Amino acid sequence: MTLAAVIPDWTSPNQERARKLLDAYPERRSAVMPLLYLAQLEHGHLTDSGMTQVAELTGLTPAQVQAVASFYTMYKRDHVGKYLISVCTSISCFLMGSDEVLTAVEEESDALDGTTSADGTFSVEHVECIGACGGAPAVQVNYELIEGVTPEKGKALCQWLRDAAPEVVLTDEMQELFGGVRSFDWGSKEAEGAVAPVPAFGPYGSAKREGRS
Amino acid sequence: MSFPLILTQRMIDHPADSHLIDVYEGAGGYDVMRKVLSGMTPEQVVAEVKSANIQGRGGAAFPAGIKWGFLAPAEPRYLVVNGDESEPGTFKDRQLLERDPHQLIEGVIISSFALGVNHAFIYIRGEYPKPARRVQQAVEAAYAKGHLGHNIMGSGFDLDVTVHLGGGAYICGEETALLNSLEGLRGEPRLKPPFPAVEGLYAKPTIVNNVETISNIPWIIDNGGEAFAAIGDENSVGTRLFSLSGHLKKPGNVEVPMGLTWRELIYDIGGGIRDDRELKTWVPGGASAPWFVPEHHLDVKVTKDDVAHAGSMLGSGAVIVMDETTNVVAAAHRIVKFFAHESCGQCTPCREGTTWLENILWRLLNGAGRQSDIELLLDICDNISPGLAWPPKMTTICPLGPSAVSPITSIMTHFRDEVQAMVDLAAEPASA
Repeated sequence: MTLAAVIPDWTSPNQERARKLLDAYPERRSAVMPLLYLAQLEHGHLTDSGMTQVAELTGLTPAQVQAVASFYTMYKRDHVGKYLISVCTSISCFLMGSDEVLTAVEEESDALDGTTSADGTFSVEHVECIGACGGAPAVQVNYELIEGVTPEKGKALCQWLRDAAPEVVLTDEMQELFGGVRSFDWGSKEAEGAVAPVPAFGPYGSAKREGRS
Repeated sequence: MSFPLILTQRMIDHPADSHLIDVYEGAGGYDVMRKVLSGMTPEQVVAEVKSANIQGRGGAAFPAGIKWGFLAPAEPRYLVVNGDESEPGTFKDRQLLERDPHQLIEGVIISSFALGVNHAFIYIRGEYPKPARRVQQAVEAAYAKGHLGHNIMGSGFDLDVTVHLGGGAYICGEETALLNSLEGLRGEPRLKPPFPAVEGLYAKPTIVNNVETISNIPWIIDNGGEAFAAIGDENSVGTRLFSLSGHLKKPGNVEVPMGLTWRELIYDIGGGIRDDRELKTWVPGGASAPWFVPEHHLDVKVTKDDVAHAGSMLGSGAVIVMDETTNVVAAAHRIVKFFAHESCGQCTPCREGTTWLENILWRLLNGAGRQSDIELLLDICDNISPGLAWPPKMTTICPLGPSAVSPITSIMTHFRDEVQAMVDLAAEPASA
C-alpha cells in the first residue's frame, strides 16, 4: 500500500513530511513519535484513526502506538484549545510564585487547570519543569516559552492572545510583552513559532510570521 | 581565579548570533574537526578524552573516556546525545543547544569519528522546540558546508545526524529509557546489564552522552586532555555550567571551574539571597539530590567527591536555593509530586511509593496530618530505598524512585521540628 493511501486525509505537505520522517531512522518504528505529532497536527488531537494510521506507517500495531501515545504528556488524546497555556509549577517556579500565576491564568482564560475554555480559545495545564528555572516562573503558549511571568502579566497574556489572536505565536514577542527575568541572554530574535498546540519543530507545526525576518 | 570559558566564551563574544555557522567558523569553529579528520586516528582522539578525565555532565558523573572504552566492536554503532534535560532546576543544556549548536555538532562529529559511528542522534526534550529548531538549522547548515554527510572533507568518514524530539517524559533522560523512546517504544528504563555500550539502540553498541559533555569535546581535542584536566579541582576537572535558581539575587546559568565552595557559588556567583534574607537550604544537584544546609555545607567544595562525602551529589548541576521564608514541607511535597508524576510505572516501590509520599505530604500541608505520618513517610522511603543510605540502595530498575526519597530524608534530617510542628498543628482539635 502506498503512503498516500494510508493517510489520504493528510495534507500533501504533511504526507511528504511523513515520508521523510520514515527515511530519517534506521528502523521506521523510530518515526512513531514525530509521526504522532504530525497526526495530532492534522486532526487537532490524537484520534483513534490517527493512531491507526501511524501504526500502519510504522509497522506497529494500533495497541503499540496507543501505548506510546499514552506514555508521553505532549500527545493529547482530547480536544485542545487554540492556545495551550502550560504553567510550570515545579520546584523552582513554585518557589518564585508559580501557583499565583496559574490561578491568574485560570481566571483570565476561563479554563481551569486541565480543561479547555467554553469558546475553545484556551486550554490550561500545569506542567512539570520546563527548563526555565533561572527565569521562574515560566509559562509556555503552544510550547513557546516566556520566562519571568507575574500573575498580572499572565492575565495580560491571555487578554492579548484573545484580542490579537496571533496565528503564529513567537517566543521572543511574548517574552518582550509579558516576560521578565531570563535564564540566560537569548540572543537575536527568532521569526519562527508555533501554529498549533504541537511543538514547532521541523515538520510538526512551525511557521514564520510574515513581516518578520 | 583565571580559567577559560570552555563552553560559553563565544556566546559572550557574539551575544546576538553565536548560533550561526558563519559566526562559529569565523571564531575558529570546525577547525578541530579538520585537524581530527586530516591527521588524527580514532585511538588518539579517545586517548585525549581519557586523559581529560571529564566526568559526564548529565548527572551520574561517570568518566566519559572510560564509558567510550566500553563500546563493543560490533557494527553499526550509534552515538546518542542526551538533550532530554528535565531534572527540575536544570536549564544549562538549553543554553548550549540554543546559543551554540555548532559547538555541539562539531563535538558530535569528532566523537563519532573516534567511536566509529556513522549515524548520531540528538534527542531533545519535546518542551524545547526553540533549542530543537536551532539545532536542526545548525545540522542543515553543517550538511550544506559538507561537515556532515558522505565523505566529510574527503576523509572517507560518513556521518548522518538525526534530531529527535521527545514527548514530555522526564524518565527519558535515563539513558536506557531514552533508547527505548528513540526506538518508538514507551520510555521505560531497561535493566542493566547489558549496558548501552554493548547493547544499546536497536541492540547495537551505543554511547549516550549529555549535551554538555559532547560540547566540551572540541576544546579538549584542540587544547589536549591534559590542559582540560589541569582546570578545576583534582577530583573533578574542567569547568561546569551550573544552573542557579530559586531565591537568589542573580539566578541563571554560570560557567565556573570545578572546586569552588558552595559559599562562593551561592554568595559570590549567585549574588546571595534575595532581599538579603537568610539562606535556609539548597538542593546542590537537581531535584534528586539530598539538600544541603548553611550550618554544615557552605564550605564544602563543589566537586563530585566532596559533595558525595557530604551526603549528596552534583547531579545535573542544578542549584536550587531556598531562603528563610520557605515552607520546607511544601517544597519537599512539590519535588515528590514531580517524581510521582514522572514515575514510568514499571517498578511497584516507585509507582506506588512516590504517590503515597505525595499524598501524605499533601495531607500534612492541608492540616490533616496524623502523628504516625512521619514514621509512615520514612517507612515508605525505606521500602523504595532500603536503609535510606547515600548513595541510595535500590529496589527499582532506575534511580527515579530513590530520587523521591531525597527531599523526605532531607527535611527529616534538617527540619524535623518543622515537620513535627505541622503534624502537631493538625492533631489539635478543630474547635481549639
